[in-house]
Amino acid sequence: MGGLDAVERGPLPSDASATSDSGSAAGESDHPSVAALRAKFGDAIQGDTVHAGDQTVVWIDPARSLEILTWLKDDPGQKYDMMSDVTGVDYGGGRPVEVVYQMFSTTHKRALRIRCKLPLDALEIDSVVGLWVGANWLEREVYDLFGVTFKGHPDLRRILMPQDYAEGHPLRKDFPLRGRFSRAEQTRRALAQDVERFYGPEELVEGGAPQQVAARSEPAEGEG
Amino acid sequence: MAERTIELNVSRNPEMGVDGLPKASPLAPIDIAEPDLGTEEMLINIGPQHPATHGVLRLICELDGETVVDVTPDIGFLHSSFEKLGEYRTWNQIVTLTDRMDYLAPLIYNCAYVMSVEKLMGIEVTERCKVVRVIIMEMDRIFGHLLWLGTTAIDVGAFTPFLYAFQQREKIYKLHESLTGARITTSATRVGGMMADLPEGWIDQLNDFLDHFPNTLGEIDRLLTGNQIHIGRTQGVGVIGADEAINYGLTGANLRAAGVDYDVRKDQPYYDYETYDFEVPIGEHGDCYDRYLCRMEEMRQSVRILRQAIDRLPGGPINVQDPNISLPSKTDCMSDMESMIHHFKLITDGIPAPEGDCYMAIEGSKGELGMYVVAEEGGTKPVRWRIRPPSFVNLSAIPKLARGHLVSDLIMINASLDIVLGEIDR
Repeated sequence: MGGLDAVERGPLPSDASATSDSGSAAGESDHPSVAALRAKFGDAIQGDTVHAGDQTVVWIDPARSLEILTWLKDDPGQKYDMMSDVTGVDYGGGRPVEVVYQMFSTTHKRALRIRCKLPLDALEIDSVVGLWVGANWLEREVYDLFGVTFKGHPDLRRILMPQDYAEGHPLRKDFPLRGRFSRAEQTRRALAQDVERFYGPEELVEGGAPQQVAARSEPAEGEG
Repeated sequence: MAERTIELNVSRNPEMGVDGLPKASPLAPIDIAEPDLGTEEMLINIGPQHPATHGVLRLICELDGETVVDVTPDIGFLHSSFEKLGEYRTWNQIVTLTDRMDYLAPLIYNCAYVMSVEKLMGIEVTERCKVVRVIIMEMDRIFGHLLWLGTTAIDVGAFTPFLYAFQQREKIYKLHESLTGARITTSATRVGGMMADLPEGWIDQLNDFLDHFPNTLGEIDRLLTGNQIHIGRTQGVGVIGADEAINYGLTGANLRAAGVDYDVRKDQPYYDYETYDFEVPIGEHGDCYDRYLCRMEEMRQSVRILRQAIDRLPGGPINVQDPNISLPSKTDCMSDMESMIHHFKLITDGIPAPEGDCYMAIEGSKGELGMYVVAEEGGTKPVRWRIRPPSFVNLSAIPKLARGHLVSDLIMINASLDIVLGEIDR
């Protein structure tokens, strides 16, 4: 097996035992927000656990995410006023893509991580830009790299990849490391690009703007 | 366009008053025919290749004359898909990707990454390693701030601070080089410790730097802090309030300049930062000048932390004494069968991680630097490795900061946010 086979194939699939639902994993959290969330929203809280020693993770129902996050931001007992990070996780193998919200409360000096599982055939969730403006670019990045649509986002465009990128969403596990298109196809597309998208018509005709600039730098007649 | 005739009724030799200023003379009202100026807004590109954007950043400015109506940043020119590459590399192989993101303070990135992996795996690094990492992180905070200071001063026309700052940066480059063998791409950390212990005489070299650096910083301070031009260019420019700054997700000096007391080193302490004696400078106006003052003070506080860390630097091993995490020494590897097996397993397989995820935030030189790693049970590679780039979130506030200012202020605002495009585009 050549070294590059692994690159084409992608990361090794994990065995079935590792695919267990991490939301129901053991590890009761004593984070005050978890009990409050369970009391307030009940069934919409799908699970919670403690990861990495002291980090509380809560899985919530994506259909009610906006309602829950609004409460977490505005409730005086929670006050998660800083949205540190919005990102996505794709486990591959047809498992749901997860959207991860990492929040911090500057009032109570507490951090909380909220995760939402989105099935692959319904990759959409409510945008939180109306709550935290800082989530604007973070959500655009998740849209760009995972293909998750944020409903109600004011400006949902690609952000890191080019606007006309046609190969899909690169951080999905089914996306090969070297891109979907062959090198030949990538070259063909680059060469077939329409130059008029980048240059105005006056710059493309002979004697257009660049030549005029060159002429102006020459010494004027009758000087010296 | 209508012909424009302007005749100013100004005497060539105005009479001087007793205060040495020209006497106010009643000027005849100037009659200027209203010129037929265009009123449409103009689109101007700044960048992607422009020295004042501090990297390959493109700012699409909508201008009304010289006033910025709106600005749309366009990023992604330096996108290197580090996060995707990380999914194909073992935990230790990713370290080399991290310093390529913030090449202005690479050691902070090296440390932040391994800290998140260690927290995920539940590895407790040695006391010596903790202090060494504090030293190199604070050193690189100065390193990153000095570049910001020099280039920002150039953006407002002051050239000398740039030379002073880069003279000091060169000393830190030398410290990088003797510590890691590289000046920028340091890759100094490993999961469970460091690539190598501090070389002999390194602390003396660092002490030498610390002896001279505050003087140079004082010189730069005298050149800029009370400078009329610098004050005129920065005070009241790019103002953001405290609540808004939090809502925009600003972190680091940009947030503290707005009057919010949030420093990851104090609020979510790591590596015993709560036992170090240092202050967190807080601004009150949230403008470019306060950001400048905060960063200047942060450098002085970093010097304080560095001196305390050098004093408490303990002996002992730098790496975790666990053969399943740290590589054995070359001598052991060549003479001892068991060490050789450990070496082979660590290189070929890597370190297995437990299932879970970990978000580790540290105070980088640009703001809250978060490293989020997700692993599956026994995974030797991350399922997802995510960097929460402080510059990315800080830059997203630039349309708010720049609206209504002049184009020249936009350059200053962009500089004052302290961005690095390697980290924004990743």
